[in-house]
Amino acid sequence: MTSDSIAAAARETAPAGARDFLRGQIRWRWSEIVFWLATLLPFVLAPDYLVLASQVAISALFALSLDLILGFSGIVSLGHAAYFGVGAYTAGLISVWGWGEPLTGLVVAGIAAGLVGYVTSFVIARFRHLALIMITLGFGLLLQEAANSAGWLTGGFNGLQGIHTWPLLGKFEFDLYGYTAYAYALAGLFLIFLVARRIIHSPFGLALRGIRENGARMPAIGAPTHSHIRTIYTIAAIIAGIAGAMLTQSTETVSLEALGFQRSADVLVMLILGGTGKLYGGIIGAVVYMVARDQFAGLNPQYWYFWIGLLLIAVVMFLPNGILGGLELLAESAKAQWAKSKWAKTP
Amino acid sequence: MQKLLCGIAGVALAVLGGGAAKAQDSVKIGMVSEYSGQFADTGAQIDHGVELYIKQHGATVAGKKIEIIRKDTGGIAPDLAKRLSQEVIVRDHADILGGFSLTPNALASADVSAQAKKFMVVMNAATSVITEKSPYIARTSSTTPQLNYTLGQWAAKNGIKTIYTMVSNYGPGIDAEIWFQKGFKDGGGTIVGSVRFPVASPDFSSFIQAAKDKNPDAIYIWIPGGAQPAAVGKALAERGIDPKKTKILGQDALASETALKSMGDIAIGMITVSDYDFNHQSPMNKAFVQAYNDQYHRNPDFFSIGGYDGAHLIYAALKKDGGKVDGDSLINAAKGLSWESPRGPVMIDPQTRDIVQTVYIRRVEKVGNQLLNVEIDAVPHVKDPAHGAKK
Repeated sequence: MTSDSIAAAARETAPAGARDFLRGQIRWRWSEIVFWLATLLPFVLAPDYLVLASQVAISALFALSLDLILGFSGIVSLGHAAYFGVGAYTAGLISVWGWGEPLTGLVVAGIAAGLVGYVTSFVIARFRHLALIMITLGFGLLLQEAANSAGWLTGGFNGLQGIHTWPLLGKFEFDLYGYTAYAYALAGLFLIFLVARRIIHSPFGLALRGIRENGARMPAIGAPTHSHIRTIYTIAAIIAGIAGAMLTQSTETVSLEALGFQRSADVLVMLILGGTGKLYGGIIGAVVYMVARDQFAGLNPQYWYFWIGLLLIAVVMFLPNGILGGLELLAESAKAQWAKSKWAKTP
Repeated sequence: MQKLLCGIAGVALAVLGGGAAKAQDSVKIGMVSEYSGQFADTGAQIDHGVELYIKQHGATVAGKKIEIIRKDTGGIAPDLAKRLSQEVIVRDHADILGGFSLTPNALASADVSAQAKKFMVVMNAATSVITEKSPYIARTSSTTPQLNYTLGQWAAKNGIKTIYTMVSNYGPGIDAEIWFQKGFKDGGGTIVGSVRFPVASPDFSSFIQAAKDKNPDAIYIWIPGGAQPAAVGKALAERGIDPKKTKILGQDALASETALKSMGDIAIGMITVSDYDFNHQSPMNKAFVQAYNDQYHRNPDFFSIGGYDGAHLIYAALKKDGGKVDGDSLINAAKGLSWESPRGPVMIDPQTRDIVQTVYIRRVEKVGNQLLNVEIDAVPHVKDPAHGAKK
């Protein structure tokens, strides 16, 4: 029996409780709808900040991709920028070779990153924890050095030159103010978020969470650990590649730093800041991290890292589940308080 | 959780909100540079140069007040550099872009300069092609080909027949290798071998040994600075190479003030090429070094002079065009401008908008008990040889 038919069978035979659980999870909460509506506000309220907003959306997408493997499947990675970079360079290269259409560029970049992800996933699926950190770190460094050495292809240190992105849908130029860039990045983030949300709330997504908690036992209940990990790792690589391609297309530049360790570390920080395994964690983390960086660096271009460091320590110390986790806790206690006070009044 | 998500979105937007009104009688220079991270010292030296110039010449030029807005790229990050350049124009209403110590960042921002039609002054990044990416760019530092081609030709003319080259295996190193070899071969010399070592190489013994085995008249070394000069010095000593006999050639970073301190006496005799050193002998430079020391308690280097002359270029262009801040007026005013800088006479080439200047050949010598770069030759009026050479 293939895993698909197992899942199908599981759906058929699942007890009503489990089906209701999944259905309950997939239902849209009004806060989510408000959140996504709010992402449109920068167009009206902060038109000077759209370029930043577009890069926040791209980072959020990248963090979402890391959340799928780290937050939901327990695959630790310090080299996730490898897939981001493969997507970024693929989009750049096809543009240099004469095809600057952004949407097809995204597809090709996603496929390229997905292929690399699929191949590496065979190694990834065999290891856990510390070994994974070392493997992903090493893989990222290898790829960066390869890109440096292949200067004839990648442009080496100076970055790939001559990227030109055609207007989106043949109409909208990528402008200086970032209107097109933000609309493009936001649409991409939203659509891919929908896909990720569906995946996470499917039986497959549940199995992933099982693997995260105890990978050795999952096969006993009919969930093939290795093949599940390979699947989600490939999906995450595709999403990372698309994020990379979006950055290349909207900035018309790509350099070795797209593959670098710093980028892998930054995305991890964003995700941890926001909260892992919560879908919105990466997005909130990206918003907080990048807006904080923008504001701190604006106040003091030399020592802004100090404030970022302080923010990170504070979040990790006082909100172990990230900003989102902390806020959830706060909301629950507020709810409890409110219920209590209501209880106190009623009699 | 639900309520929180919208709360967060609201807070984020509140932070994002707000903007600045455009001041009428000021000229804003958006410095997109490295103020933090690995290259922070470079950024600081450029900034000191700009700041000192403004301090010495007053913050008002052509009836307008000069304002500096600093944006930190934190290192090699072209996408960020491009965004910061966009933001400093869109959000802070900067009229002029300045700074740029790293080539990838400068190349990315060049697009913004072209798109927004803003005057952009490259104050360090040294890859030739940068100025070709936007018609509004001028450069006040130097270019890798300008220095290394000149050194190659000088070596061929001064009795060196065979050279082994070794460079860091990344953009600037490869660029230096290509142009040094070209200059040396054009002058009639022979390259007996070459190697590109990894950028992060902590030890150079085996590379130096390989060079020694070929028994060349000179070894050309290009490294980006940092901790590497000390490692090179150590390898030279270990492999028994004396820079007084086998000549060691290189670019300024090999024999910068800190590099010389870390290498010690093994550096004596090294010959390097540069456009500026604080030991350049001229009354103007003496005054500049003095003022710099009074202000910042250290010596200026070639980064500082890029910033200092960059500020001069902006001032001179504004004076010439009567305070107009649009890209076309400024770049037209900048073309062909020439002035006396602490490093000697410089000019902005009207065709390429790149700097034309004297290139100095210096040898490390012990003066008192200090190691200094002493000029032994100067090639006046050197243009970048790469512009127009390609394609």
